[in-house]
Amino acid sequence: MTAVFLVASAFLASAVEFVEALTIVLASGITRGWRSSLAGLGAATVALAAIVAALGPALTYIPISALRLVVGGLLLAFGLQWLRKAILRAAGFKALHDEAAIFEREAGEARAAGRIERAGLDWYGFTLSFKGVLLEGLEVAFIVITFGGTQGNVGLAALGAGIALALVAAVGVLVRGPLTRVPENAMKFAVGAMLTTFGIFWAAEGAGANWPGDDASLPAVLAFVIVLSSAAVATLRRRRMAFA
Amino acid sequence: MRRLRAFGRFWWDFVVGDDWRAAAGVVIAIGSTAALVAAGVDAWWLLPAAVAFVLCLSLRREVRSSSG
Repeated sequence: MTAVFLVASAFLASAVEFVEALTIVLASGITRGWRSSLAGLGAATVALAAIVAALGPALTYIPISALRLVVGGLLLAFGLQWLRKAILRAAGFKALHDEAAIFEREAGEARAAGRIERAGLDWYGFTLSFKGVLLEGLEVAFIVITFGGTQGNVGLAALGAGIALALVAAVGVLVRGPLTRVPENAMKFAVGAMLTTFGIFWAAEGAGANWPGDDASLPAVLAFVIVLSSAAVATLRRRRMAFA
Repeated sequence: MRRLRAFGRFWWDFVVGDDWRAAAGVVIAIGSTAALVAAGVDAWWLLPAAVAFVLCLSLRREVRSSSG
């Protein structure tokens, strides 16, 4: 059960972040040239893989209860951020993420920027692509390391992220434009719920509490988080309608 | 110094985000769970309740500020 959660969480979180990274890589590639953009993408991917490869095995040396306490706390803080934003977007209190608008803005800024060549590459295009992929990918690396490390299976979490990367890249090549039809907020909602669920579960275990039924209580915690979030969306929607 | 500050700012935004009170609530709830467990109470129920409380407060604050 936890293996399914592990792969699904890593896949969904990675897919959302890679969709956002694809928008930046496309804006860079179309306006500044594909060579620099793809070089930036490649360099950022290598940097992210190095972070996961270095930190993932290092976590196995930390005692599991301490690891679960710290990772649970981090995931909870992190998951609540995702969940809060997804709830506010679903209820209409925050604008939905608009990949087409972001693409236009990034492409406009890239067109206006001057050209500086370094190492045979257009430096603006390279750094735009590199920074975009690295910053979006850091959240993926964080999730892969923490989820995988706590479950003792970084490889499985990396597999979920790898499948998402391959899927987003393949669709990006086919569509040749920002992926505007991806239900990003629904995916962010799901990721926020999963991060919060694992955060609650591991932080409580790390603090020494024993869940009734051990791992079997994980779906119940997830159901609790989903019901709580859905109720929050319904309440906020009603409130917004009342004020409209 | 500026780079160090920017580095710290990045990690603060990354982990804590734009509502530090929610992160502080999480830390207090985990600490309280550990304290109850040390006192002999199996407080597995505290974190779900605390998350519900923290999330509702955080949403209420955000909605109030965006409604003006």
